Amino acid sequence: MRFFLQAERGPESRGVSALGSTGFAPLGIGKGPRFARLLPAKGWLFYVAAALALLVAFPVLNLVVPSGSAFHVSDYTVTLLGKIMCYAIVALAMDLIWGYTGILSLGHGLFFALGGYAMGMYLMRSIGHEGVYQSDLPDFMVFLDWKAYPWYWSFTDHFWFAALLVVLVPGLLAFVFGYFAFRSRIKGVYFSIITQAMTYAFMLLFFRNDTGFGGNNGFTDFKRILGFSVTAPQTRMALFVLTGAALLGFFLLGRWIVTSKLGRVLTAIRDAETRVMFSGYNPLYFKLFIWTLSAVICGIAGALYVPQVGIINPSEMSPANSIEIAIWTAVGGRGTLFGPVLGAALVNLGKSWFTQVLPEYWLFLLGLLFILVTLFLPRGVAGLRTGLRRGK
Amino acid sequence: MAREQWDDAGAASGARVLTSGVDISHRGILYLDAISVSFDGFKALDALSLLIDAGELRCVIGPNGAGKTTMMDVVTGKTRPDTGTAFFGQTIDLTRFTEAEIATAGIGRKFQKPTVFEQHTVFENLELAQKCDKRVWPTLAARLDSAARDRIGATMETIKLLPEASRPAGLLSHGQKQWLEIGMLLMQEPQLLLLDEPVAGMTDDESMRSAELFLSLAGKYTLIVVEHDMEFVKRIAQKVTVLHEGRVLAEGTMDQIQQNEEVIEVFLGR
Amino acid sequence: MVAIMRCFVAFALSAMAWTACALPPETLRDLALGDNDAKAKAIAVAAASGDVGYLPLLQALLDGEVQTVGDAQILLVKGDTAVDLLSGKAITPLPENRDDVVINNRIRKELRTAIAALKLTAPERAVRLAAAKELQTGADEELLPAIGTALTKETDGEIKGLLLMTQASVQLTSKDKDTRLAAIRALAESNNSATKTLLLGVLEQNGDTFTEPDADVRAEAEKSLYAVQSRLSAGEMVGRVFSGISLGSILLLAALGLAITYGLMGVINMAHGELIMIGAYTTYVVQNIFRSHFPAQFDTYLIAAVPAAFVAAGLVGMALERSVIRFLYGRPLETLLATWGISLILMQSVRTIFGAQNVQVENPSWMSGGIEAISGVVLPWSRIAIIGFAALVLAMMWLLLTRTRLGLFVRAVTQNRTMASCTGVPTRRVDTWAFGLGSGIAGLAGCALSQIGNVGPDLGQSYIVDSFMVVVLGGVGQLAGTVYAAMGLGIVNKFLEAWSGAVLAKIAVLVFIIVFIQKRPQGLFALKGRMAET
Repeated sequence: MRFFLQAERGPESRGVSALGSTGFAPLGIGKGPRFARLLPAKGWLFYVAAALALLVAFPVLNLVVPSGSAFHVSDYTVTLLGKIMCYAIVALAMDLIWGYTGILSLGHGLFFALGGYAMGMYLMRSIGHEGVYQSDLPDFMVFLDWKAYPWYWSFTDHFWFAALLVVLVPGLLAFVFGYFAFRSRIKGVYFSIITQAMTYAFMLLFFRNDTGFGGNNGFTDFKRILGFSVTAPQTRMALFVLTGAALLGFFLLGRWIVTSKLGRVLTAIRDAETRVMFSGYNPLYFKLFIWTLSAVICGIAGALYVPQVGIINPSEMSPANSIEIAIWTAVGGRGTLFGPVLGAALVNLGKSWFTQVLPEYWLFLLGLLFILVTLFLPRGVAGLRTGLRRGK
Repeated sequence: MAREQWDDAGAASGARVLTSGVDISHRGILYLDAISVSFDGFKALDALSLLIDAGELRCVIGPNGAGKTTMMDVVTGKTRPDTGTAFFGQTIDLTRFTEAEIATAGIGRKFQKPTVFEQHTVFENLELAQKCDKRVWPTLAARLDSAARDRIGATMETIKLLPEASRPAGLLSHGQKQWLEIGMLLMQEPQLLLLDEPVAGMTDDESMRSAELFLSLAGKYTLIVVEHDMEFVKRIAQKVTVLHEGRVLAEGTMDQIQQNEEVIEVFLGR
Repeated sequence: MVAIMRCFVAFALSAMAWTACALPPETLRDLALGDNDAKAKAIAVAAASGDVGYLPLLQALLDGEVQTVGDAQILLVKGDTAVDLLSGKAITPLPENRDDVVINNRIRKELRTAIAALKLTAPERAVRLAAAKELQTGADEELLPAIGTALTKETDGEIKGLLLMTQASVQLTSKDKDTRLAAIRALAESNNSATKTLLLGVLEQNGDTFTEPDADVRAEAEKSLYAVQSRLSAGEMVGRVFSGISLGSILLLAALGLAITYGLMGVINMAHGELIMIGAYTTYVVQNIFRSHFPAQFDTYLIAAVPAAFVAAGLVGMALERSVIRFLYGRPLETLLATWGISLILMQSVRTIFGAQNVQVENPSWMSGGIEAISGVVLPWSRIAIIGFAALVLAMMWLLLTRTRLGLFVRAVTQNRTMASCTGVPTRRVDTWAFGLGSGIAGLAGCALSQIGNVGPDLGQSYIVDSFMVVVLGGVGQLAGTVYAAMGLGIVNKFLEAWSGAVLAKIAVLVFIIVFIQKRPQGLFALKGRMAET
């Protein structure tokens, strides 16, 4: 039975070269506790370091260390990093469906936005009477001359209900859409195009004032969340820590899935769906599972995003946004989970810097990034690692 | 080698859908009756009727376009026939189930072009094919116990790929990939194996080993082999069916077929 | 300066006097010197005569610029010069003993109406139109004969319609039942939507009582209303079908290029919208060149713009194919992303060169206006031209694909690339040319769009999703699919719009396509057989 142990060794013994995963971790198959097999030893080191940084170091450096000191992390940085972490979560979700299952969605921004809107509804309710018009209703409703909340706003003044919506709305939409799409075996480019059409349709819908979600202004001017002021540094830090915890948690969840047998079925679906069918698995349910999970993760990311950024409007649903998600994932390296997180961070930090320093050139650079990554870096930045290793 | 073993194995692994198993009390395991399939006017299968007994090793030959692959498509559920009936055993109507359900019911198919999971290792390929509960949640929670490991190991020995256990399947040679695919079929513990040109592209040595393997499988399993390599067919065939233009042209032993006038004219050439 | 003004005024006055001289002196005397009854009579005579020569006098009377000197002179005064209407001579300086011609409100009213009635027969259309519009609010029964006369002579449809309306609305208030009935019957012929309001007014009720007391008249009104409504809805239907075909022709132009590149190479080109935009901007540039260098030939600038747009977009497309897309064959998802990057670059380049605002592209004059189909529905020439243009492009495409060598190669490579290559078709070059062709057609679409819509850097973005939908719906590999899908989507979109507004219509169409694709993933007209695998 010696050969079984081979499966647990690292990438070198498995002859990983041009093909195969980027050799990040051994299989989930093997002896030992499941938990430990999620990441290799070095990976765990990284992970714990990241956890300490996000959950301990940053709060201290922002809240405790005085603002004059060189070690102080500014509020601006906290918000920026919080925002980027939300994007990283989305990229993670995208990797699950694209990197591992081979489904390119050009409409994932929709799920992100829907989660954001659900949270936004709660935040708008929490403004109470402190809006411009000093009324029970949000300003935009007063402006439209509405007298009461529409039925779909019911209960959104309760946090737990809004939280439920954050999970249910993207999840249900993804489930229904995915069921019909996967059932009719729509694949590849056609699938991508109809996801784009889906997000475009919703964007148009939400731009209308009559839809009751603030029209093209969306929701903004939030005052408080769960009783705490949205703009207070403690609240910001709490949201930051929450986002960091979510990122770390979803990362582990992702690792658990991809190292499980289900993960192997997903990659099998990506590589040879026919063979998967003839082996007795119904790809519909597997795709539906990962697709819905991915959408829910995006929704939660959106819900964490909105209170940190302070605004949500229909442009989050624009096709351009969703396509950007794909490029973060591609830049980082598909099929690695870690890569897309990195990719989202790199691209968004770059964007943040560029749009301040050389705003007219940012779009050129982004476009160029798309082209260069697809032409020269098919395995993204994470792929460079194995590439360099092979070089010796 | 009784059926009961297979049923036990099936029940133990919690396989879904077809609880009754294949009914081969009347010897026949595959009944195709007057199956017709047309693609936009082109008749791929024309009232094809075929009866395969359990444990048989049947070879199906015929010129290109005779309908061999389409017949396999109908049996595995990939294509629905326009008319006719297809039964697996006495009770399982093949025209009503999906590919995955039919695969779970006990029909395994090997494609013309070897389709294995190239980014997975040989071990993983076999693990994925293994007969078990293939629904989403059980798959997520699946743990590989030692009995399963042993089964995978045994199969790897049978297909002579034990040394390559940790190799990504994409790096195997063509012949090795074919064998891996056959191994995956075996892992599914099917009763009926459909093999579409299993030795295409193999060396003589590999073909011979394939022939040995198939002969050893017959009896336990039922095999339908579609092939063009007549030497190979001669070596393994018990009974041969010749298809032509979507219909059965002739049936019999290899000798009978080779002396059949019609067959000679249509297929073997004058 | 003042002297010049005086001369000018004198000249104007003599002109007026000259025309006034043609008027009969008795009427003139009555108008200026008679008592109010005589004045009213004279005004009526003047109006009935239809002689526009009266107009300056009547207007002057209204403005208080007519004065008399005893019985001898009737003076039209302007400033300090005057003309004697009786003799036609200019009188300067103004005599001392002038009397004003006094008019009261009744006369004022008579004058206004008479002026309007006279203006109805003026030679200039604009004058008649203004008069007809004024009469809509101010007419009463006395003017009916004048309106009647004007109607017999009027040829312009718009003015006639207004006059008929006025006539009918006056007649509707008549005490005489028969007049009312006649008016309502006449209104049944109208194709004016204001008629509907009028007829509805007749049928109005105030609680239990009707505004119109007579039941026969009401019944007649209902009949007329029905007739008018059917005519109007027929007109609306025609209008809607036309808009649908117009939109369909635009979608066809936009999607045709995409269908070729996708059908041939499986490349979904996200930069397709930007190629359309390049065509539009090329048209803009050509227009500017003509405006500054060949202003006299401005109306023909399209003749240069069309090939220019084709070539510009085609060249850009070929450059893209050679530099980026050819390295990504067989990887459709990556091509999608790479072409999106290209589209970002193209959009930003255009913004940098031309600015982020929309630019102005003017129609040549032969494209303005339209022809009137039935019942007041105007079909613009520009859209008709585009429909024709789309048909022309389609025909040329078809000819190219079926009758030329290149077309043969393109079809071969679409159906079986390897086999085509084996028979000696230079597939790589065919790819480049075909991509150029598809891009060129996109440029033509841009040229067409510049004539009917705004041209800005975001032009392409609004058409990319629609083009995709046409391609997805129509299926790949056959032109027919694209045509049917484009036309179908155009018409369905417009009909839905009438029901639910533009945005919801668009959403409904997108949802429909998503659902349709589930049922028939290969689109309306797919390449048949076993090979069409996505």
